[in-house]
Amino acid sequence: MSAVENPAPARPRLGRPRTAGRRDDTRLALMFILPAAIGLVVFYFWPLVRGIWLSFTSWDILTPARFVGLANYQEMIGDPVFWNAVRVTLIYVVINIGVQTVVALLLAVLMQRLSRSILLRSLVLTPFLVSNVVAALVFLWILDFQLGIGNQFLDSLGVGRVGFFTTEAWVIPTIALVNVWRHMGYTALLLFAGLQAIPSNLYEAARVDGASELRQFFTITVPLLRPILGLVLIISVIGSFQVFDTVAVTTNGGPVDSSRVLQLYIYDNAFGQFNFGYAAALSVALLVILLVVTVLQYRVTRAGQTDLN
Amino acid sequence: MTSAATALDPTEARPASPPPAPRRRPPPPGRILAWALMVILLIITLFPFFWMLRTALSSNSALYANTISLMPADANLGGFQRVFGLQETEQAIAEGGSGASIDFWRYLINTVLMATGITLCQVFFSAMAAYAFSRLHWRGRDFVFGLFLISLMVPVIFTLLPNFLLVRELGLIDTLLGIMLPSMFMTPFAIFFLRQFFMNVPLEVEEAAMIDGAGRIRVFFTLIIPMTAGPVATVSILTYITAWNDYLWPLMVSYTDDSRVLTVALGNFTEQSPQTGPDWAGLMAATLVAALPMLLLFLAFARRIVSSIGFSGIK
Repeated sequence: MSAVENPAPARPRLGRPRTAGRRDDTRLALMFILPAAIGLVVFYFWPLVRGIWLSFTSWDILTPARFVGLANYQEMIGDPVFWNAVRVTLIYVVINIGVQTVVALLLAVLMQRLSRSILLRSLVLTPFLVSNVVAALVFLWILDFQLGIGNQFLDSLGVGRVGFFTTEAWVIPTIALVNVWRHMGYTALLLFAGLQAIPSNLYEAARVDGASELRQFFTITVPLLRPILGLVLIISVIGSFQVFDTVAVTTNGGPVDSSRVLQLYIYDNAFGQFNFGYAAALSVALLVILLVVTVLQYRVTRAGQTDLN
Repeated sequence: MTSAATALDPTEARPASPPPAPRRRPPPPGRILAWALMVILLIITLFPFFWMLRTALSSNSALYANTISLMPADANLGGFQRVFGLQETEQAIAEGGSGASIDFWRYLINTVLMATGITLCQVFFSAMAAYAFSRLHWRGRDFVFGLFLISLMVPVIFTLLPNFLLVRELGLIDTLLGIMLPSMFMTPFAIFFLRQFFMNVPLEVEEAAMIDGAGRIRVFFTLIIPMTAGPVATVSILTYITAWNDYLWPLMVSYTDDSRVLTVALGNFTEQSPQTGPDWAGLMAATLVAALPMLLLFLAFARRIVSSIGFSGIK
């Protein structure tokens, strides 16, 4: 990643920073990073410390926070709603990421093979421009049991109506697919950027050898795209675990907790019941899950390595 | 991964790598199939927008009888009138509106103020930091930059609760400033993004200006910023879109119309619907009005944004 490389390798600056003739802009630099540093410390690092500390307390905002040790974590382990939230969130992530990756990869390959038109790429990106709330409301309407065009369509096919947001079995897949709609174009563009980096002579050589399109896809595209695919997957999975908006607007966790994802449960505990300590402990659990998933993914996809060189 | 970024740049990509699609066989059936697939995916992508418009232009009561026609049912602008409070209360209720005045202009103005404030401050402060990390020489630079790198990994959910408490302690609950505060100073992404482009400004240009007597601060404002106007505009637009669409944080901070933004107002919309069933025409008109500014902004800068996606995603 070029972002961490040295900007000016021509000027060695690690050797002796203070020798004569070196510019030293320390004072100016401190002034320049001051606002950003305030943001970093106050809104990233301090909340991190404070959140972990809060998870060991019992606190309802009204009375002072009381240190309770691991009580919140003990409660969490015995809390069936928590485990249900973990389960529901995992199902959501698997459906969301699974479908999104396949569709986005398909879109990216199609874009690469068919057209480089900016218009096409822009059209694909449009759902990404609307908020989750707007996306949720539009699909709430399209998939409405009585009036939604989606259900009218299914009915006319003879499939019958589906309570997309009202039946336990359908809620999570529906919400996952709504978010696939919103993000597939964006993901496709990221993958498309990766596809552009694969040298085209590889495909030419494969064609000369008589390899089919499908064969080329699996022997050239997929292996060479792997590092970028891995990174895109990690970014989308992290985002996907934090699903909230769509659920809050459409079902608010129902029916019967079947869409009560972790983030919603955290929000309910904090702002519904003012259990800030417990909500903080739930956040720590989500953080740990994210860390484990990220490390696992990084290893499995070997996202840091490339086959290109 | 700069190679991916530059390859996306249309001016460079075109001559360098011709599309690998086969040209010798004139009408390959695979290509027709591929276009068919592409069209289907585009329809899935765009249909909800069309349906938003179609519903918004319909009369709410006519929707019940006419659920599938592609044209608006009993076309009229009632939905939009209700959104902007241009309809008499009785008529609004008759057409399925909630009757309760929804102060849409207020939310629109709040949203514009919030998104503008965040964008101006965040991009400016991030640009300053990016300059210090790319062009200034100081001890501890790599270490401090590493700290910013780490902050990329802190998940949003984890900072929300403590940040809410902080904003509360500052007495900024239910204010626009409270909504703006956490993202006003910087985001790690904006810093990395801008640093990348600042590093590409040739050193000689900067040195020449300094020989002519310009100070560092002046170089930053009159040289670096103008020379990277494109990337600065891109990151500003992305920041604006993100701020405009944010829901959870404003939901936590905002309680009354004083600070309510469009996403939160829209989120409440479903709860306010009367016994008669939701005012779908009004609701779709509202979602369109909420989304339209971002769609227009995107329209104006589509080429630049699309080209920068490859860069931003790989970081």
